[in-house]
Amino acid sequence: MTWALVFEQLLNGLQYGVMLFLMAAGLTLVLGIMNMVNLAHGSLFMVGAYFAVAAMQWTGNYPLSVVLAFAGTLVVGMLVEVIALRALYNRDHLDQVLATFGLILFFNELISIIWGRGSLYTALPSWLQGHVTLFTGSRYPVYRLVVLGVGLLVAVVLWYVVTRTRLGMLIRAGASNRTMVAALGVNIRLLYTVVFGFGAALAGLAGLMAGPIYAVQPGMGELILIQVFVVIVIGGIGSIRGALVGAIIVGVVDTLGRAFLKPFLATLISAPAAEAAGPALASMLIYLLMAVVLALKPAGLFQSR
Amino acid sequence: MRMSIHRLLAGALAAAFIVAGPAAAQQKLKIGFITTLSGPPAIIGKHMKDSVELALDHLNHKVGGLDTEVIYGDDQFKPEVGVQLAEEMLKKHQVDFVSGIIWSNVMMAVMPVVTGAGHIMVGTNAGASPLAGSQCNELYFSASWNNDQSPEALGKYLTDKGVNELYVMAPNYQAGKDMVAGLKRYYKGKIVDEVYTKFQQTDYQAEITQLRSKNPKAVFVFYPGGMGIQFVKQYVQAGLRDQIPLYSVFTVDETTLPALKEAAIGQYEARFWSPDLDVPASKRYVADFEKKFGYTPSYYGAQSYDGIMLIDSAVRATKGNVKDVKALVHEMRKANYNSVRGKYQFNVNQHPIQDFYLLQAVKADNKDGAAMKIVQKAFEKHKDAYYQECKMKW
Repeated sequence: MTWALVFEQLLNGLQYGVMLFLMAAGLTLVLGIMNMVNLAHGSLFMVGAYFAVAAMQWTGNYPLSVVLAFAGTLVVGMLVEVIALRALYNRDHLDQVLATFGLILFFNELISIIWGRGSLYTALPSWLQGHVTLFTGSRYPVYRLVVLGVGLLVAVVLWYVVTRTRLGMLIRAGASNRTMVAALGVNIRLLYTVVFGFGAALAGLAGLMAGPIYAVQPGMGELILIQVFVVIVIGGIGSIRGALVGAIIVGVVDTLGRAFLKPFLATLISAPAAEAAGPALASMLIYLLMAVVLALKPAGLFQSR
Repeated sequence: MRMSIHRLLAGALAAAFIVAGPAAAQQKLKIGFITTLSGPPAIIGKHMKDSVELALDHLNHKVGGLDTEVIYGDDQFKPEVGVQLAEEMLKKHQVDFVSGIIWSNVMMAVMPVVTGAGHIMVGTNAGASPLAGSQCNELYFSASWNNDQSPEALGKYLTDKGVNELYVMAPNYQAGKDMVAGLKRYYKGKIVDEVYTKFQQTDYQAEITQLRSKNPKAVFVFYPGGMGIQFVKQYVQAGLRDQIPLYSVFTVDETTLPALKEAAIGQYEARFWSPDLDVPASKRYVADFEKKFGYTPSYYGAQSYDGIMLIDSAVRATKGNVKDVKALVHEMRKANYNSVRGKYQFNVNQHPIQDFYLLQAVKADNKDGAAMKIVQKAFEKHKDAYYQECKMKW
């Protein structure tokens, strides 16, 4: 029974980690390759979720709404890059933080004006609402498994693109030495726009998949963004592999901490003390983990350059 | 000739303004209304503001018979902004009353500023316990409730119903702990486990898995706002809706129903008011609100509407003499108006002694496909747990 529970929590952790990975993949690319701190990545997550809801209401077709939301966020991401962020590449990180923080406020307000302050309703099509019985005997929501599958698929596709294609080669080259890449005649501006657009689209994908699980409301991206920064710091800035490993570590550690830390502490210290310390410690766990990783490997688990 | 008539008219008009201006200004009543109008909680602020507007409509924009101006302020969820707003309202706008406020921490900061300036504060949501107990104040009235009362009513209902086993969850912050303390004050059954999650947590799958492994008879949660939407969605997706009854306070209401729709159906809540409450003033409020704004009002709105009506009753009874604060307090203590919750009395701490109900979200023929309905009375003439610490003498 307890091993079945541990297995199910590991599955939860993996699924949560994969969700974080979708966000982290785009952010780590932008940070690693373009050397750009983008706080507004959470806003693109929100945009993806809202586009999915709007497209679902408009078309009534779930797969189509997924495609539209993905494409929509891609376009928004590229527009943001062309209009706002291009001017900031040569500025220092503080300017980028300020500007992208401004973008957060801009997007939150714009979304409130268009869709209102309240949370939006999102439903899943009936074929995604069911449950599967795990071999441990407990029922698991199909949708969570779909999220897990999509996340792993994206990881494989990204791995293929980055290591096996010309675009990936340019991305890796850009991460190593951007001046040299530009000197070799590569249109680095266009490359940046494309990378940023796909980073945004991945955030949008995370957002559209989060919609049916989380509350679709203005500011929803900021709640998850902090964990995503932890992921890329642990994984190593600019590394897709690092983002995947970091995300899964963070997802599993966070989930297991929330589930088992309190009962575990109760066997060591008194029950009331565990009652107080358990939740507090569980919510700090990923940050402690990050501190340990930074102390041992300051550049993260996987260095990109 | 024509010119001179025009000039004459203009002159007469100007003269009329000069004469009428100051006289009208003296008769004007000003109310400052502080709520949250930005960020995710702004949906609550919208419900409250719209309700104040409806109250003004119902009173022909004459609260207590005086021309009324309401000045709205957005506290941005921050105590220090609330204090700034209150000071600006008192000094610049010279308001006679301050009302509103969603958050207990904002209220704890704003109330002393308003009462310290000798004006009456009418709270229309925040129910901080110190203000019902040791820090009660002659100039502070609650048109809502004390925080603990709703979970207390739910605890009493669960005990009365013989639910002898309960799994408890809340966010890990002061209000979360207070809600659980309130529940325990009247819940006499066994608490299987008490789980506190991170404030503003988005994913509850890990906690739901733990919950299911304990297989409790019932679950109690307190997850306000977006947290509630997330928790309830995930609880339903985990397939637990039909297996373990879910009881909550401040989690499923008319501000979150539009986002939950059928996922809310089956949810139990305890509350002092519901849109289907069979009280004439409430029926009028709900019907006119839906007509004017096109959505169903929530208790946040009902309280805010009631706050204006309470002020109206006192100003009317003192014949518009708003400078006589002592007389206003005396009249407000009578709660002599048609409240949306029905007739009630104030306790010595100037918090209502009122009935609480058990509500259930049921399928409904409206925009959301779901609505809160009263199942039964859960707690009659419920007094808060702190009034004995209040040393006020009437």
